[in-house]
Amino acid sequence: MRELIGTLLIGITLGSIYSLMALALVLVWRSTRVINFAQAGQAILTTYIAYEIINRTGVFWLAILFAVVAGALLGAGIEYFLMRTLFRHADEGPVAAIAPVIATLGLLGIIRSVVGMIWGNEFRSIAPPVSTTGFVFNGQPLPFSMLNLVVIIGAAIVMIIFSFIFQKTDLGLSLRASAFQPEIARLAGIRVGPIRTIGWVFAGAAGAFAGVLVTPNDILSPNSLDVLLVFGFVAAVIGGLESLPGAVVGGLALGIGVALITNYISTVLVFPSVFIVLILSLILRPNGLIGSKRVRIA
Amino acid sequence: MSSLLVSNLTVDHGAIRALSNVSFEVKQGEITAIIGANGAGKTTLLRTLSGLKSPSNGTVTWRERNILNKKPEDLVRLGISHVSEGKSVIPELSVHENLLMGGLWRRNRSDTNKAIAEAVELFPRLGERMEQSANTLSGGERQMLAIGRALVSRPKLLLLDEPSLGLAPLIIEQIFTVVQRLRKDMGMTVVLVEQNAVSALAVADTGVILNLGELIAAGDARYILADPALKSAYLGF
Repeated sequence: MRELIGTLLIGITLGSIYSLMALALVLVWRSTRVINFAQAGQAILTTYIAYEIINRTGVFWLAILFAVVAGALLGAGIEYFLMRTLFRHADEGPVAAIAPVIATLGLLGIIRSVVGMIWGNEFRSIAPPVSTTGFVFNGQPLPFSMLNLVVIIGAAIVMIIFSFIFQKTDLGLSLRASAFQPEIARLAGIRVGPIRTIGWVFAGAAGAFAGVLVTPNDILSPNSLDVLLVFGFVAAVIGGLESLPGAVVGGLALGIGVALITNYISTVLVFPSVFIVLILSLILRPNGLIGSKRVRIA
Repeated sequence: MSSLLVSNLTVDHGAIRALSNVSFEVKQGEITAIIGANGAGKTTLLRTLSGLKSPSNGTVTWRERNILNKKPEDLVRLGISHVSEGKSVIPELSVHENLLMGGLWRRNRSDTNKAIAEAVELFPRLGERMEQSANTLSGGERQMLAIGRALVSRPKLLLLDEPSLGLAPLIIEQIFTVVQRLRKDMGMTVVLVEQNAVSALAVADTGVILNLGELIAAGDARYILADPALKSAYLGF
């Protein structure tokens, strides 16, 4: 029982991080119809910025703040300078759909190399802001620590802020309208261009937050967030790629699944299982776990 | 008084000429019906007027101001709202959100709420379904919602693309009655694109007939309805 509770809590911790990354990918997908592979690069760059700030000030929370702001600005910059240029140059045919995605892969490579040039390729670490010793339950330690709790609470706060913005504000309505039917949104007077940039801003901030939250439990290197990108992507697909709640549910389901397999079966099986789930979910529930139906009208 | 002036408008879809040298005027406070068969260029004309499509040649002025190549979102701010073909609502949003969307650009929520109340007064069925997803609406209700959304932007010129498409006669009548009220009670200028020529000309002041991208005739709707040559050649009845 104790072991199961511990495993589930670890699963929820992992899942919160996957959810944040999935949210970042879904936000970009919804605003510009691009799968942003560069998200891992954006997050690694901002995590190194956080690392520098922690080294200089020792204040973890300040580092998170800087990373999130940097992530938001980086997202805006990529959308404004790279994506818009690509959309202008390839605006018809099959190339138009795939060119931006390939460009994000290229950007991922560029950012990783630049990070490697600046900080080197050796493993570094970010000192945890709170204890990593497991809580004690019934006199015995759990694998679940204060740091994990902070991760869950931090991710939950971001999700609550996002759901408030999306469901309750004019900006949120503009973001949703532009995502679902950009043409009708424009005819209603919404400036879809800047709204797209804001989608990338939120995504950049969420990805940056995920990067800084996950790293104290892990190591930091120019490609240490690649696995997070893959899991975030799988979580987004499980959630239907289109839905923000779907991304959260997909992330949590994936995190719990990964924790259960790691603890009860074998770490070796984690990756194959994740990809089997990815393919099964595309076959069985292509619209996502909670079925965000996309209704096409003529 | 002329409010919208279209001169020598030519629009191409790649190699295909969709509109060729079309000129006509829309008078302030009138309903102008644009009629013609499939492929006549009606929808292209409306999409060019609302900024969704760039023309190859010609000019369009709205209240003595050149509006060609302006973005649709800017034209909304100048008082031009377009209800595009096929019930232009966002099914993923609620009825209320669809209406609210038309007023977001104004940033004055109380004015928008008033405009929403006015739209609901015109289409009371929307009022009963405010919190439902637009996805649950019938075709007629969707069309009402699409027009309602445009009205929340408080347009001076309303562009309607085939509001009767696929709807039952009773619903079409309701929608056309509202269009007439907009003209009579609010002095709104309306450009109505229709395949349903008889119903459209019956409510319109002026008729414009398009065929294969060219203007065939423009003039008083009653005369067009009464002209046997136009009737048999282009209106199909």
